[in-house]
Amino acid sequence: MYSDMADEKSKASIREQINENLKRVYEQALQEEVPDRFKELLAQLKEKEGGK
Amino acid sequence: MTTPSVSKPVRDPREELPEHLGALRAFALSLTRNSASADDLVQDTIVKAWSNIEKFERGTNLRAWLFTILRNTFYSDRRKRKREVADPDGIHAATLYEKPAHDGRLAMSDFVRAFDRLSPEHREVLTLVGASGFSYEEAAETMGVAVGTVKSRANRARARLAEMLGLEEGEDILAGADRNSLAVMGKSGVAAA
Repeated sequence: MYSDMADEKSKASIREQINENLKRVYEQALQEEVPDRFKELLAQLKEKEGGK
Repeated sequence: MTTPSVSKPVRDPREELPEHLGALRAFALSLTRNSASADDLVQDTIVKAWSNIEKFERGTNLRAWLFTILRNTFYSDRRKRKREVADPDGIHAATLYEKPAHDGRLAMSDFVRAFDRLSPEHREVLTLVGASGFSYEEAAETMGVAVGTVKSRANRARARLAEMLGLEEGEDILAGADRNSLAVMGKSGVAAA
């Protein structure tokens, strides 16, 4: 029974560790600066639209 | 005084695009694992979203709509290239990989190495439900599959990660988490009486 409980505990801990790391990987990507080319692209698209 | 008839200012959803660029890029990175490809993917997504904005249903989730465009573009480009071996469960990739040594606590670098080895389908589902804060329903809509498929794919992806990381045999890591082992104790007391 104790090993069963330990098993459940380790499963929950694995899941938690995976989630923590997933969030960390995603947060790191989010923190990277958004390249200027996207803002420039949006400005271009907007300009083209207005020129129609 | 009467309430003004204009209840809500109608905002063009295209004006909201800048707010989603960071998330789009993070999602693109999770699929491509390469910043140059991720940037190209975001660029294509912006152009498609801009020119198809009339297909966006106002009041619905713009981010989910943008993520759908991004992932559809990613998979369709990938199909066009056709160079890659179809490997949705990442079995082939995993064979070239050596498990990290650890004492039960994961190093971030080991995690990233294993994450890179997952199939894009697995990275996608884990990013959506495990990191980006999407609900299973939102993820299902974005991926164009049933909610049940999202759950089972996420389970398989977690299992594969756990296996690659040498955390566990890799099966069933989500099942039975709420099983109450203590109930057994109470019952055995009654049986003995």
